[in-house]
Amino acid sequence: MLHIVACIKQVPDTKIIKMNPKTNTMDRSSAPAILNPYDAHAVEEAVRLRNRYGGVVSVLTMGPPPAVKAIRKCIEIGADEGYMITDRAFAGADTLATSYALTKALEKIAQTRPIDLIICGKMTIDGDTGQVGPGIARRLDMPPLTSVNKVVEIDEEMKCAIVHRKLEDGYEVVRSELPCLLSVEKEINEVPYSSLPNMLRAARYQPHIWAVADLSDIDKTQLGLKGSPTIVSSVWAPPKPQGGKILEGAPAEQVSQLLDILMSRQELFAAAAGGGAS
Amino acid sequence: MSFEDYRGVWVFIEEKDGAIAPVSLELLGAGRQLADKRKTELAGVLIGENISALADRAFEYGADKVYVYDAPIYRFYRTETYMRAMLACVEKHKPEILLYGATSTGKDLASAVATDLPTGLTADTTQLDVEEDTGLLLASRPAFGGNIMATILCKKYRPQMATVRPKVMKALPRKVGASGVVVEECLPLREEDIRTKVLEIVRSTTRRIRIDEADVVVAGGKGLGSPAGFKIVEQLAEALGAAVGASRDVVEAGWIGHHHQVGQTGTTVTPKIYFAIGISGAIQHLVGMQNSGLIIAINKDPAAPIFQACHYGIVGDALTIVPMLTEAFKSALGRKEEADAGKV
Repeated sequence: MLHIVACIKQVPDTKIIKMNPKTNTMDRSSAPAILNPYDAHAVEEAVRLRNRYGGVVSVLTMGPPPAVKAIRKCIEIGADEGYMITDRAFAGADTLATSYALTKALEKIAQTRPIDLIICGKMTIDGDTGQVGPGIARRLDMPPLTSVNKVVEIDEEMKCAIVHRKLEDGYEVVRSELPCLLSVEKEINEVPYSSLPNMLRAARYQPHIWAVADLSDIDKTQLGLKGSPTIVSSVWAPPKPQGGKILEGAPAEQVSQLLDILMSRQELFAAAAGGGAS
Repeated sequence: MSFEDYRGVWVFIEEKDGAIAPVSLELLGAGRQLADKRKTELAGVLIGENISALADRAFEYGADKVYVYDAPIYRFYRTETYMRAMLACVEKHKPEILLYGATSTGKDLASAVATDLPTGLTADTTQLDVEEDTGLLLASRPAFGGNIMATILCKKYRPQMATVRPKVMKALPRKVGASGVVVEECLPLREEDIRTKVLEIVRSTTRRIRIDEADVVVAGGKGLGSPAGFKIVEQLAEALGAAVGASRDVVEAGWIGHHHQVGQTGTTVTPKIYFAIGISGAIQHLVGMQNSGLIIAINKDPAAPIFQACHYGIVGDALTIVPMLTEAFKSALGRKEEADAGKV
């Protein structure tokens, strides 16, 4: 019986977000809040492993009260239990303060049900760092395994996991003792459409919700903005590019102009020429 | 913590195929500027097995000093072992600034080290500067999908750490024969205490050209309409001997694998020529390719932002123009080869 915890986050959809050009702040109303896309793969992998080996999948998030929606999304994917920590004291946390708060919640979860495996998405699309997963692993003294694109097996008897870690030109096969923490690539699985029973369960689901006061051994100086070593000192709009020369004319003329540009740098195409000749 | 004790700019030197990874050479270039501004030394931290010889190369690219952890236990990158080495080195020699490449290894290591020290860590930096008098690192990065740039500071902790995107900083020209100080370090790590084992490394056998190393990248987007339309991008790339890139939409639609994705959540590329075909130019895409040498955009929509970011643009139907270009290029190249053959 495995207990797998997926750490997830609700994020604004940065793909369609609009910025206020005067203040360089996000127009939150322009971007719907969604389950971080990478985290959906983390939850799906946890569900698959539970289906294979038996056990329980919990999900944990830190966020404002509306983040309950992201937990419900995870229940739709197939998670069994949802936990949320929410408190003003958590606000403004950078990755270090975030991993601290999540670790405290994980310790509390583990009191009732020891944790064998933690799975995180590769990164969030709003923070874009990928630093929280390894941070949690260090705080809980678990081996962090990042860039995981396949879980080969979990051996409960031997208390170990064998996974593939993606490399730039292939992958490596790694064995790690359990418990450990995986942060997973998108390619690890495909998240199927939710089943109707899961959707019905999700619609009514109420997660366990904890505030700072519900967690034990908390050092409040390590929470939120106060506990964050990094601060954002300024934001600015990226420089606007100047625009290029438009090649005019009928398609044949456009292609001919473009070809002239390419052939003026034909040394770059040595590989293509060589390939053709051999 | 007394900031006075923390001096020097460090770079984690990543090894790749027996050489220093390009990103580490770039960071030595960027680190040199920071160190000069602070009138302090630039040091590299080199961890691995049989890697001592790489220290000389680090000197040739700007390092004054290299700390070396050379032992069989470091043969493969593992967070557990590399982190212990880096933590020991930081605690002993106390750098003011410590930079890592924003590669999977660099990010993994930096995240673990930052948690244990603890200190602040800025991810995926694309601009670095330092305040001359205070030593405060100004680490800037695109945020919210590249919609804004943010400058991040770490005022209360040392060292200040950042991961830096590959292909953004510039390596210095190699100074052959330059030398420096090698500091050999050693840690009493025992293999039986390490909880992770690398069982096997499997190298991809396909001869695909990697987008972050290619001189020419041909990238396609949603404007191509369908996976079948995307084929014309692959055909042009093949004719040019180029790598195939893709926008996030196309990757999310499953037309092509994630390792082709260019942009904020994909790969940053700086080829000599970049084709953006049917790519509108969302800002999160632009941050991943805007430093390319020559950017050529082909798109139906004259208002597409990509035309602001390109050097040459064609407003038109890529499905018509690109196959014509592929054929024209092939025959031009053929003519050249015939001419070359004639000369011999």
